[in-house]
Amino acid sequence: MADWVSDKSPKGQHRWGMVVDLDRCTGCSACVVACHAENNLAIAGPTDTDEGRSFDWIRIERYWEGDFPDTKAHFVPIMCQHCEAAPCEPVCPVYATYHTPEGLNSMVYVRCIGTRFCQNNDPYNVRFFNWFEPALNFADPLPNQLNPDVTVRSRGVMEKCSFCVQRIRRAEDDARLAGRKLADGEFTTACAQSCSARALVFGDLTDSQSEVSRLAESARRFRLLESLGTNPVVYYLKGGQA
Amino acid sequence: MKLHPPELPADEQINRDVLMPLFTISWRWWVMLTLAALGFLLGLAAWCYMMSTGMWVTGIHRPVMWGVLIANYVFWVGLSNSGTLFSAMLRLAGATWRRPITRAAEAMTVFALLMAAQFPLIHLGRTWFFYYMIPYANQRGLWWNYASPLTWDLTAIMSYLTGSLVYLYLPAVPDFAIVRDHCRGLRRKLYGILALGWRGTRQQWHSLNSCIVILAILLLPVAVSMHTIVSWDFGVSLTPGWHTSIFGPYFVVGAIYSGIALVITLLVVIRRVCKFEKYITPYHFDKLAKVLLVAALVWFYLWFADYITAWYGKLPEEKVIMDIKNAGPYFWLQLTMMLGNTIVAIPLLCFRKFRTNLWALFALTIFINIAMWIERFLIVVPSLVQKGPSYSWSIYQATWVEWLLTLYPFAGFCMFYLLFAKLAPLIGIWEIREDKVAYTTKKLGVGEFSAIAQVE
Repeated sequence: MADWVSDKSPKGQHRWGMVVDLDRCTGCSACVVACHAENNLAIAGPTDTDEGRSFDWIRIERYWEGDFPDTKAHFVPIMCQHCEAAPCEPVCPVYATYHTPEGLNSMVYVRCIGTRFCQNNDPYNVRFFNWFEPALNFADPLPNQLNPDVTVRSRGVMEKCSFCVQRIRRAEDDARLAGRKLADGEFTTACAQSCSARALVFGDLTDSQSEVSRLAESARRFRLLESLGTNPVVYYLKGGQA
Repeated sequence: MKLHPPELPADEQINRDVLMPLFTISWRWWVMLTLAALGFLLGLAAWCYMMSTGMWVTGIHRPVMWGVLIANYVFWVGLSNSGTLFSAMLRLAGATWRRPITRAAEAMTVFALLMAAQFPLIHLGRTWFFYYMIPYANQRGLWWNYASPLTWDLTAIMSYLTGSLVYLYLPAVPDFAIVRDHCRGLRRKLYGILALGWRGTRQQWHSLNSCIVILAILLLPVAVSMHTIVSWDFGVSLTPGWHTSIFGPYFVVGAIYSGIALVITLLVVIRRVCKFEKYITPYHFDKLAKVLLVAALVWFYLWFADYITAWYGKLPEEKVIMDIKNAGPYFWLQLTMMLGNTIVAIPLLCFRKFRTNLWALFALTIFINIAMWIERFLIVVPSLVQKGPSYSWSIYQATWVEWLLTLYPFAGFCMFYLLFAKLAPLIGIWEIREDKVAYTTKKLGVGEFSAIAQVE
């Protein structure tokens, strides 16, 4: 494992991580759409979105630089950073959110009672509360497009990016049944799969030969709000630099 | 003008006076009870509506995940913090002027805490699964997470509620015995049970007094830790504006401040309604208001220490919160808070004329508690509206459901208190009679001195 991975002794076989190249992101939002389709995210209308009740496990934050007409747009895709020292985890009174041995910050929907403390203590604002009944979110014929591999969350629980844990499990199980090692690039998350600019790359950080590890070696590497010491496993590559 | 402890009438007269509210019910009581019960039921209805519809009926949204409901929670825990703590402190300090005050204060703690304890449940997304927070044996081997401040909260509140209930009940046992001896029939049986077979033997008095002292000593740290833990719901988080080490003592002092203000408010009303003018006099209010003044000064000191640290350092994260509070609607709220808590309260409380003017005190203490509620609101909400990346910043506007749930604890508290006034004497009869036995004032020449009296 590369020396910049902060937790040197992963308890699981893999340590999943992601690299976001800000130079490559075009802000097309295909990842947002793919995430909605893959993870059964509720669709919020303009009013609910305006009221801060939308669901975007991944979102493209757009920042403007300079005054018109000399303006430049910067796009920052932000999803759950799956921090190794996640501030959202210890504050949950019922262990509804915890760290898996493979470094995922996971949600146990059935255990969640909706204190919303995790969102208050989350510096990235990447956790989402279910305000409405699922039936309200998915009116006919929307239930037909739901992904059967992913739970539809009930009202009153938190949800967040899972790094497409259903895909991880499927790939791991397939590899184990076939009696081989999981190869890099064998599967990826919905957002990374749909990113035509290849700005998002997902993979195993324990494998120093994986694409994600090699990209994260870059000198442009930084992490969001690094000063908080949350140790995210999402590595950003600084944009606008040669 | 020198204030003196009141001259107490004969023992039988004390019994009659203090027990009077238990045996008479006026139409005013019924009106008050009906209003309080109505407010209580309205609040319950709002809660049920919220549970059956979803949290979207409140104004909270990303990133403001806690709003008025949590402000209510902190406010009512604060109020409850004070009664037992105050009474325990005065008992241990041997302050004789506490005697007609303690019962009312202890009852205040129990009922305020009863209402406060509901808010952590009210604000849950799935209230019906609240028992996941309780460590109970289950087939899945799931436990609660003791690293979470919310479970500390649960433990602290339950300990304090249990302790306060016992602390309210124990000193009332001899009084229940007095009531038992003054009534007949079913009532006599009921109070007989409540009095636990109290006969007033030497042994019983000895046990009672030791128990009260032990409880008072045990409850002091519980009271302090309870509100400290409530402050840690905010203090141990990573959120700028919340993440400060001063919150522990700041919350405790704020709780004592608002709690004593409520004790004064309640006593003004009780004195008038129950006709306790002979027992609770300006002498007591003067003492209470002095404690209130000290609490106000300490509160201001801690608030200032917190403010100046953040203001001088001007860390970008802290400055954002400060800018929010200093502009727009929060500026007016902050101004009202400062007016109520310090600018108006502190100078006025310095004057004895003011401290002994009961209706002026009544008005001021209500203003103080409005200001303290605003203070809680300003702790919870402004730190959240601009939390995290600027992309998801937003403002917070409470809805009618949240306002009804703000009315709910007020109404519930009044309802329980009104009912309690018909169950137990609001002044500890034996305690004031004990005072009469222990001390009296003697005239000697031109001066008056307190002296140890002869046992009658």
